[in-house]
Amino acid sequence: MLLSARQLSCVRQDRVLFEQLDLQLHASEVLQIAGKNGAGKSSLLRILAGLCEPEDGEIYYQQLPLAQSADDYADNLCFIGHLAGVQPQLTALENLVFWRACFALKPADDWALLATLGLAGLEDIPCQQLSAGQQRRVSLARLWLTSAQIWILDEPFTALDQSAIAALTAHIAAHCSQGGAVLLTSHQPVDIPGYAVREFMLEYRW
Amino acid sequence: MFKWLDPYAKPQVLFATLLWWQRGLMPLSIVVLLLGTIWGLGFTPADYQQGDSYRIIHVHVPAAIWSMGVYAWMAIAAFIALVWQVKTAQWAIGAIAPIGAVYTLIALFTGAAWGKPMWGTWWVWDARLTSELILLFLFLGVMALQNAFADRQTGDKAAAVLAVVGVVNLPIIHYSVEWWNTLHQGATITKFAKPSMDPSMLWPLLICILGFALLFGALTCLRLRTAILQHEAHRPWVRQYVEEQQDAKL
Amino acid sequence: MSHIAVFRATLERELKLLARQKADWVNPLLFFIIILTLFPLGVGAKPNLLREIAPGVIWIAALLSVLLGAERQFRQDYRDGVLEQLVAARAPLLGYSLAKIAAGWIGSGLPLILVSPLLALFLGLSAEALLAVVLTLLLGTPLLSLLSALGAALTLSADKGGILLALIILPLYIPLLIFASAAVEQAGFGLNYQAQLAVLAAMLCVALALVPIAVQKALKLNVG
Repeated sequence: MLLSARQLSCVRQDRVLFEQLDLQLHASEVLQIAGKNGAGKSSLLRILAGLCEPEDGEIYYQQLPLAQSADDYADNLCFIGHLAGVQPQLTALENLVFWRACFALKPADDWALLATLGLAGLEDIPCQQLSAGQQRRVSLARLWLTSAQIWILDEPFTALDQSAIAALTAHIAAHCSQGGAVLLTSHQPVDIPGYAVREFMLEYRW
Repeated sequence: MFKWLDPYAKPQVLFATLLWWQRGLMPLSIVVLLLGTIWGLGFTPADYQQGDSYRIIHVHVPAAIWSMGVYAWMAIAAFIALVWQVKTAQWAIGAIAPIGAVYTLIALFTGAAWGKPMWGTWWVWDARLTSELILLFLFLGVMALQNAFADRQTGDKAAAVLAVVGVVNLPIIHYSVEWWNTLHQGATITKFAKPSMDPSMLWPLLICILGFALLFGALTCLRLRTAILQHEAHRPWVRQYVEEQQDAKL
Repeated sequence: MSHIAVFRATLERELKLLARQKADWVNPLLFFIIILTLFPLGVGAKPNLLREIAPGVIWIAALLSVLLGAERQFRQDYRDGVLEQLVAARAPLLGYSLAKIAAGWIGSGLPLILVSPLLALFLGLSAEALLAVVLTLLLGTPLLSLLSALGAALTLSADKGGILLALIILPLYIPLLIFASAAVEQAGFGLNYQAQLAVLAAMLCVALALVPIAVQKALKLNVG
């Protein structure tokens, strides 16, 4: 068991989003957090990624509480949130160079990578001139460069077209076959070839 | 070292403890303040130099001293909140800041009221008053920062950082303003310093200083209890407490 | 993923952005010059009067010009989600903050220093006073960049960030204003102003040691 959360609760603006929530993530598993808009999916993901403190409860990475294992967990985590994380005035290549320095990504042929992501010819124009879907593809490039075991993705399929969705799901399947785990949210049905997606339903509370 | 304080960091325990402190401090502070101010403002002998107008120091000096003391307490709460991640300390910052701001305002207004008979103007840029004015801006800055966020917790934490940064700056600002004042010395030299005071004037002053301190304590208890209720509104013990209060009224 | 690697990468990135968005450093500079023009228009162009108020005026104009660009310092990275990814990965935010502050100084402080000879023209400063202005700007604008970065980091996710940033920074700026303008004033009288410069240098050292830590903390709490 890679990641487990016990008795998590989250309060946003005096609203209790969820409380006494238990969750586990295992290796080679795809876990989808499902629920209505406003149910707290993004908040849950941000808490699991270590961005926010939960109101109550504890998170355990490799059976150790997060207070002790935070650095190891962060080294082994790739978090891509709702926002793209792409600086719009820089080109896709420059963004990748920056991420490589900040996140200790694998050195790779960036041109080839962007080509596999369907961005051939668009590598060196400012990202603000790309469409939303193309910017999302650039932000997902991190997944091809990271060696982290746990991926936490908040609505990764937003704005992607069919070919991009296919490429991403194939890559997720490859990641899981190597022992990785993926935690994601999506409003579209998630279909990972060769893996059953476990669903975790967040109830919408007043 | 502070393990014995751990249970008091829990909101529910703190809420109950503060109630007893509040019940003690509030009437005590009112009595002491009334004693000090009435004695000081009404029954002390007139100063040979300044006549009757000096009496305002019984309000001005305690307010000025405690405006800085309150900032120090706010910074201590902020430090505890940042280092030990104690939530109730975060809430204490929001409880304490307005009290400090009002004390600073009192110091400024009474300083101006003293200034009028002394120098003929309502305001003069002497070191003490200028320092108090800047202290007021520091308090207002902390309050404004705390209230500027949609998420209340972010506001509390940001205010904590600002309070600690401010307290590091406070001595720097204080001494800079004093130094600046010596540079631009005008014809008037302020006599806010009282190197030796007759005991008949000293006692009411000390009593007022104590009174302001007790009032600060009482008001902080009150405001912190309110803050605890606000932040913990979703917990069952708060709901129970509110119901009990409603039943008691009926 | 060391601090130095992140510092270099962020600095490179910020300098590229400064080169691409010239408005980010040209506008505050123009603002500075225009404010200096407003003062003679507002108080009268008597040379003696201008020389007297010049120290304070220059430093207030410098403050306003730096504050103008301060809000934007972290906001783009916050809005784009770059900051939250850095925080989630526990990347060395200290290196990131220092690089941002350094780039901020290059964009807002350095132009002021380069333009300061103009001040001799506009406000009738003597040669000694001008030297003092350049020296105090050299020591003071980094301090200003540090303080404005702190304000920007604290108000990052606040609703009305801009004015609030100015409100919380202004009291912290007062010692810098006092000593810097006093130094220029002393120079104008032909007196020695090493003491004031030493105090400025001391304040800069203290700020350099403490502010980046506070900025890092402020960034984390705004993302959370």
